[in-house]
Amino acid sequence: MSSSQVTERPALPAKRQLTTKPRFSDKVFRTVVTSGGLSSLIILGMIFIFLLYQGFSILQSQGFHFISTSDWNAVVDDNNVPVPSQSHFGIAAMLIGTLVCSTIAVSIAVPISVFTALFLTFYAPSSIKKIMVTLVDLMAAFPSILYGLWGFFVLMPSAVYWAKLLHKFFGWIPFFNMQAPVFDRSPFVAGVVLSIMIIPIVTSISREIFGQTPLDRIQAAYALGSTRWGMIRAVAFPYARSGIVGGAMLGLGRAMGETVAVYTVLNIVYQINWHVLLGAGGNVASMILMKFGEATPLEIKALMAAGLILFLVTLIVNSIADVIVAKSGKSGR
Amino acid sequence: MTDESENPEMETHVQPSSLAGIASAAEGKKTPGSSALGVGLEARNIHAWFGDKLALRDVSLDFWAGTVTALIGPSGCGKSTFIRTLNRMHEFIPTAAMAGEVLLNGTDIYAPGVDVTQIRLKVGMVFQKPNPFPSMTIAENVLAGLKLANLKVENKDDLLQECLERAGLWNEVKDRLNAHGGSLSGGQQQRLCIARSLAVRPQVLLMDEPCSALDPGSTLKVEETISHLSSSMTIIIVTHNMQQAARVSDYTAFFLSDGGPGELVEVGHTNEIFSRPKDSRTENYVTGRFG
Repeated sequence: MSSSQVTERPALPAKRQLTTKPRFSDKVFRTVVTSGGLSSLIILGMIFIFLLYQGFSILQSQGFHFISTSDWNAVVDDNNVPVPSQSHFGIAAMLIGTLVCSTIAVSIAVPISVFTALFLTFYAPSSIKKIMVTLVDLMAAFPSILYGLWGFFVLMPSAVYWAKLLHKFFGWIPFFNMQAPVFDRSPFVAGVVLSIMIIPIVTSISREIFGQTPLDRIQAAYALGSTRWGMIRAVAFPYARSGIVGGAMLGLGRAMGETVAVYTVLNIVYQINWHVLLGAGGNVASMILMKFGEATPLEIKALMAAGLILFLVTLIVNSIADVIVAKSGKSGR
Repeated sequence: MTDESENPEMETHVQPSSLAGIASAAEGKKTPGSSALGVGLEARNIHAWFGDKLALRDVSLDFWAGTVTALIGPSGCGKSTFIRTLNRMHEFIPTAAMAGEVLLNGTDIYAPGVDVTQIRLKVGMVFQKPNPFPSMTIAENVLAGLKLANLKVENKDDLLQECLERAGLWNEVKDRLNAHGGSLSGGQQQRLCIARSLAVRPQVLLMDEPCSALDPGSTLKVEETISHLSSSMTIIIVTHNMQQAARVSDYTAFFLSDGGPGELVEVGHTNEIFSRPKDSRTENYVTGRFG
């Protein structure tokens, strides 16, 4: 088309505003749905503001030491009145303990969960599948104190035995090294208990996502003479990868926030301990539970500050996970 | 489809016709076996069920190597079910059952002890909807079959080029072999799927309405690909498009269901089926009076 022709054409009309008159029922439904969606955000925001409001003075007075040191010393005078100037609060050991326990939990739970999900989706006969899905979901509904008690009385003796094996054969790895032969109530045992607690949720999510693998891709793989394992590797895994990461992160979130089970099993010690087999560790949530009952008003504020830090760490970990999921790409979807 | 398969009056009594007989009477068309590739695939008295419902009754068809056979018929007449029995994809559906035999080079592919993955390597399949693996590049897609079935090849690059050339896609993708399969157009994706099937060197290629999701231009390209491939392998194509059947196939088989299970009404040289069908129902269908 030549330029002379272009100039002859009339000017483009203004773009029209496209509107529609919503029906009343639609308006009502929209309001219900929107308020439902907003309420969870509002509750989350209110918890955050509450923790910030309560803990701010402590964060201000302790500064960076709050997360870099491990002293926890709430000084009171003779009249049982807190003395803020002499009190020190630091949660470094608890923060690191939280990360250590939940990392152990996730590294044990994810492989088991993925294999369980694969079995349920691609191998299990439908009768077994139904029963197992119900049982695994039931595991998620189990009160965590029961996991804690079971972990303490039943799991710990055998976990100690595994820990000794790990120490014997992998003691040269710094994490598995020991200064003292105290294998009871270690971060390792707590991590094993946590892993059992998060297996249901990771399994559930992995199973859902494996179950959504597009049939036409599964058929394409089989039609190429693929074995079932080949199909899972080439089709199901790439499709499910980001979902599995998401499930693992939900599990990690639960493991980081878990309180009662860890409190029951773990020997809480205010010292950073990287030796996961040693019976000394920490966990922010359990520490809050342990201290809360007899805390002075000042200490309560410090616990709120610890809660705030846990909140933020969980947020950061989940954001990192989101980035990983986005980077690992929708290419498999 | 309703469950009235047991109505004797409605049953068709077409003898399972061997293509050899029909072919000898035909002129001007490829003769079975003339390509010296031998007998390809023989289906003997195939019945297929989904649960308790009989979907396909007593179909016997021979497919000669180096020929293209089109399966035509209205929806629900069992064409797709039939070709899925030819590479054992039928049993992929949990309630599916079958009876009869499928002989590949004289051996029953349903015989006990047969490795189904080996069958599917020899009898490839292209589906209705293009289904490249989206997590893989174009090159990886073509060679996916090797990986999936643990096959070793001397020179992957040569194989890659050969398959893409045979599928008529090489010139369009040779500069972006590392792009993702999903970046191609629908027609290109379908030819990529054809190339992928070729990489494991199947003897037979089943195509289940390969062009039904494609525009006319892409359809033409896929049809050209089919004609190129037909000299070296057996192709069986299900199509709803009678012009397509007429364009690409040497033989045409007409399937029909009267509400019960699908059955084979007539099979013959494509030009005969379209010009001088023996059965009035075939004539009604190919002349567009129903279906």
